[in-house]
Amino acid sequence: MPDHPKAGKVCDVMSSLGIEVRLLCKSFSKRKGLIRARRTVSHALKDVSFEVAVGETYGLLGPNGSGKSTLIRVLSTLLVPDSGSVRVFGFRLPGDETEVRRRVGRVSVDAAFYKKLSARENLLYSAYLYGMEREPAERRAMEILEALGLDGEKFTDPLEEMSRGMQQKVAITRALLVNPPLLLLDEPTTGLDPKSKRDVQTFLEALRREHGTTILLTSHDMAETERLCARIGFIAGGRLIAEGTADELKRAAGAETLEDAFIALAGEKLEEGAAGGKKREEGAVAGA
Amino acid sequence: MEHVLRQTWAFFFRDYQLTRRYFSWVVVFTFYAVVNSATVVLIGVAAGDRRLTLMLMVGVMLWGLLSVVFQEIANSITYERWEGTLEYTFMAPVSRVIHLAGVSLWATFYAVARAVVIVAGMLLFVDLDLSRANWGGIVAVLAVSSAAFIGLGLMAAVLPVFSPERGAEATNIFQGVLLLVSGVYYPVEVLPRWLQPLSVVSPATYALSACRKLVGIGEGPEMVAGAPLSACAYELTILTLMGIVSIPLGLYVFALVERWAKRTGKLKRTG
Repeated sequence: MPDHPKAGKVCDVMSSLGIEVRLLCKSFSKRKGLIRARRTVSHALKDVSFEVAVGETYGLLGPNGSGKSTLIRVLSTLLVPDSGSVRVFGFRLPGDETEVRRRVGRVSVDAAFYKKLSARENLLYSAYLYGMEREPAERRAMEILEALGLDGEKFTDPLEEMSRGMQQKVAITRALLVNPPLLLLDEPTTGLDPKSKRDVQTFLEALRREHGTTILLTSHDMAETERLCARIGFIAGGRLIAEGTADELKRAAGAETLEDAFIALAGEKLEEGAAGGKKREEGAVAGA
Repeated sequence: MEHVLRQTWAFFFRDYQLTRRYFSWVVVFTFYAVVNSATVVLIGVAAGDRRLTLMLMVGVMLWGLLSVVFQEIANSITYERWEGTLEYTFMAPVSRVIHLAGVSLWATFYAVARAVVIVAGMLLFVDLDLSRANWGGIVAVLAVSSAAFIGLGLMAAVLPVFSPERGAEATNIFQGVLLLVSGVYYPVEVLPRWLQPLSVVSPATYALSACRKLVGIGEGPEMVAGAPLSACAYELTILTLMGIVSIPLGLYVFALVERWAKRTGKLKRTG
């Protein structure tokens, strides 16, 4: 259990874990060619183990293709792991999908919406999916949007007429509408302007402080991760290569900044990823 | 129960709002469907054959309804993949039965509304007395046959999970084959002999046969009063069996493919 102040009050009084991942492996295979077909296997996650305490904000830093989004998808019940053990608030994955889904909100890097529909219509659709009534859902949506600095008048505008920053704020509102105890944020501020980025970060801090929400944040933004997260994991080539507070990671790498620490600790893995070291051909497909 | 109804309503609400936003396209497509239907029915008028006219009209009405039920359900996953919202729907705490029931509810509502407009539009072109048709029986047959088409739609809906583009293409081909073998505008006996066995497995074949009896198309050239529903016992039995088998089978196939997609990472927009 972390004793860092950013871990929040909730984890001080609760001993259970929000996320518990043990030796998680996930690979994808792709078939290439028709006559002499070959199957290429890509290992997205290799023996990943980590824990996030209830009420803690945990950051995952890693380059593109390092396995961050795959990990978020496994925790969102959208991917079934090949092996390993995954628990969310004690519920097993795979197995307890429905219980996990009730407790998880997710924001991905691309704000996926029905772009022709307004923010109100998209958010109401989402609220109904979770069994919420219209009035409380609309009230809650307006509260969150205002806290994120989005003009209430935009509520009925089609999403396609909104900027990327505005769409991302609606995406965050969607994830928070049902007040989930676990928030999975996959690069939520990528592409946002500095003001929008700060609005989102301030809101996430308030969320953890006031509601004790457990947050798993993936990002490329070192400063953001350092500001928001009690502990940080470095992931590269599908492996969790280092974990600790920002200060611990910097100390371990003998670096002054988190970025330097990341490059120092993930150096070889970064090169391996760039050289396609994750992929290997498994030979001709049987029967092809 | 209220919770479940609200979740079912989510899909109806979403599809209604999307239809509202794309209303001008709905008007354009419906206009085209009315004109297309009228041109088919006018073939019977031109031949001066009242029986043929009515037969074509039944075909147009029935296919206009059942094909849209099938299409709306079959394309529901395609739309979600295009928009990129599929992952959010699949990670919501909604059972697949409720999800697909909500989609089917909207599909049926939309198809019925569209079929009413098409029939009303056709009546502007053709002067037909339909007062002797057994309308209650026709509604019953359409309801039972919709269930069979919902089952087929559920099975087709999973195809875009394999590949968004190829899935949508396969759905259209499947729909085309149904149109061809069901004898929508002609008796299935005129089909090549090697193709005729396929008509036996199409629910539209039985729905058409029943509706023709109920609307009053007899064996000879003369028009008769609509038959009682009991005259369609055979067709209704087959259609009921098809619905009973195809809906659970559709849900089962959907669940299988969903599990496969979650193992292989195919739920992603680009997957």
